[in-house]
Amino acid sequence: MDIHTYEKAWLGAALVLIVFFIATVTYGTVGAGVEMIDDSGGTVDPNNLADHERFGDPGVEQVGENEYEVNVIASAFFFRPGSDQRGFDPIRVPANSTVTFYVTSSDVIHGFSIPGTNVNTMVIPGEVAELTVEFDEPETYGLLCNEYCGFDHHNMEGTVEVVPEDQYDGGDGQ
Amino acid sequence: MTSYIDQFPEEARLVKAAMVSAFLALAVGATFGLLQVLHRTGMVRVLSSADYYTALTAHGVLLALTFTIFFLVALFTWGITTSLDRNLPSMRFAWGWYGTMVVGALMAVVAIFAGFLTEPPTLLGEELSASVLFTFYAPLQAHPLFYLGLAIFVIGTWIAGYDWFRTYWAWKRDNPDERTPLPAFMALTTMLFWWLSSAGVAIAIVVFLLPWSLGIVDSVNPLLTRTLFWFFGHAVVYFWLMPAYMLWYILLPKLSGGKLFSDPLARVVFVLFLLLSTPTGIHHQYMDPGIAEGFKFIVMVNTMFLLLPSLLTAFTVVASMEHGARQRGGTGKLRWLGKLPWRDPVFTGMALSGLLFAAAGFSGMINAGMNINYLVHNTFWIVGHFHLTVGTAVALTFMAGSYWFIPQVTGKPLWNRTAGLVQVLLWFLGMVFMSNAMHRAGLLGVPRRTAEPQYENFAFEGAIGSVGELDAQVVLGGTLLAISTIIFLVTIVMTMLGDRGEVPDNSYAGTLSGPEHSPAILDNLKLWTAIALVLIVLAYSLPLAAIVQRGGLFGPGIDGITRVLPPIDTIGGLVEWVVGR
Repeated sequence: MDIHTYEKAWLGAALVLIVFFIATVTYGTVGAGVEMIDDSGGTVDPNNLADHERFGDPGVEQVGENEYEVNVIASAFFFRPGSDQRGFDPIRVPANSTVTFYVTSSDVIHGFSIPGTNVNTMVIPGEVAELTVEFDEPETYGLLCNEYCGFDHHNMEGTVEVVPEDQYDGGDGQ
Repeated sequence: MTSYIDQFPEEARLVKAAMVSAFLALAVGATFGLLQVLHRTGMVRVLSSADYYTALTAHGVLLALTFTIFFLVALFTWGITTSLDRNLPSMRFAWGWYGTMVVGALMAVVAIFAGFLTEPPTLLGEELSASVLFTFYAPLQAHPLFYLGLAIFVIGTWIAGYDWFRTYWAWKRDNPDERTPLPAFMALTTMLFWWLSSAGVAIAIVVFLLPWSLGIVDSVNPLLTRTLFWFFGHAVVYFWLMPAYMLWYILLPKLSGGKLFSDPLARVVFVLFLLLSTPTGIHHQYMDPGIAEGFKFIVMVNTMFLLLPSLLTAFTVVASMEHGARQRGGTGKLRWLGKLPWRDPVFTGMALSGLLFAAAGFSGMINAGMNINYLVHNTFWIVGHFHLTVGTAVALTFMAGSYWFIPQVTGKPLWNRTAGLVQVLLWFLGMVFMSNAMHRAGLLGVPRRTAEPQYENFAFEGAIGSVGELDAQVVLGGTLLAISTIIFLVTIVMTMLGDRGEVPDNSYAGTLSGPEHSPAILDNLKLWTAIALVLIVLAYSLPLAAIVQRGGLFGPGIDGITRVLPPIDTIGGLVEWVVGR
């Protein structure tokens, strides 16, 4: 096959670029330890969340010295906990903590996103999305559904409060 | 006089009809686009926010599926007949697949538009509506008419593909020793990956969504239908893009005044798309629970290699343009650019859309990066990205191409070159403003697919600029695009209403390095299809088996179904065993 010299050079450069991109993603995964949302959260019966050990009474749980688990049910059109403007508790965790979110849906597909952070996952009925993040500084974040879920999708929002450690009173106001 | 209508009068009528169908979809879809930018930014709200999603569904279905695919069938019919110099076997048959597509599209559109009514009519015992967006993720449910319409539309395209293939087979019998002409080769390889990938969405619709919307089964496995959608959902973007590539390869060099740089490389590019378009779909599901990280990694690697054909295209297209410019007396390192026919809207529209496609390539590389996806997934960034790809590389190339094709299929010269030139420039400018602001807003975390990205409890904050400034850019861009669409439609209508006159010859670019330089194996479509199938099986069999194993074929509502399918359980058990090791 006849390939022009310049074109060969371009082809070579393109391949180098592609390998470089794959290498950076691999570094992100292996070196920097960015884990993808995967199948580790397990499955649930979306019709019987009330009987589920995690989602029967969703909320914030301390599981270690600075480690917390937050179990959230997304439903059209609120997060429980999270949607304080709908009468639910906001999600409240202390600063300098490692927080693992477990999120599932009771109805349709939703999104779970905290703008300004890396927290961003799809929420699929029957599946549990598991993701772990670190909150270093006290700050109040917004929480929103970023996948279309029905006519009132744009009002599906909530609050995540990262409070100073000495002001933390144990999660979702219990 | 050797325009297309003189050579193929019957086919020209069909091509014209398909293009007009595409333009009707464009007119309605673009109107919704303008309403959406005004609504989202809160400037003017004509619709209720609930109806916004009905409008968004119509925008997606009419532009991403109807406009693009009707133009594609027109273009490929032209490409097959012109390059093989052969009629379609039967015009009745051809009108049959076109009619099938029209009926399917109308059914889907009727179901969507009924959603605007306060009291939608009832059909088959259910209220007519389909505000599910063009991705129709279950368990959001549309009326069966919507699913049925989409399935019929896709089947129409399958039959069209068969029609082009049998034209090609007949040609091959008469010319056993000749290389497949490039435009035909492009159309055929594109159709091959379309058949492979659209099988996914067809199964999602016919086996799962349609029976579920009719009440025959109680539930679906949402992750399964979503995965089947994306099995098709990434290949479909190449289905939109390949006709644009075809025009860049075979028309743009001619308009530049030269020849295509390399025929063999063009074939390699299309073969790569046939191989890699489908086993990449899971990269739309990087943020999905229920799919193991390893599967996502494999797909990420495939996706990165898919950059190769587009990077090769960038080289070939620019090299061909430079060759053309030098034929016109262009000199210097960059001064030759001035010799290109910038006053020709066909050339300028395609060149500008290629330029913005390069920008889209860069944002696409970021999207493909699995871990960076946390930052951009489901944000306005993604909308910015695909308005550069399908919204510019494809749409602007099609519009510019129409200024060449409508004269070909009507025998009537373009009504007004200046109007065409203004139109393509406005589209370019409008899209630069709109998509730039969309990308930046996405980095602030502003979500896509929402009627009101204005939240009660918090505001989006960024390092530079404000949401107000970004909104203003989006509205400015959207308005320029709406004006551009109007000028386009007026130019097309005025051309079609005009008198017959002198139009360019129906011919496409020659090549500097012809097919004789490429190995014959490149034309072995059976071989490439077989490899494509193997790649699909490698990328998809384990994830699909795992998804069925986790959630059942029909989701949580039907326990019995997974039990009567022991092979699936066996595969699932095998997957568990492998993954568990």
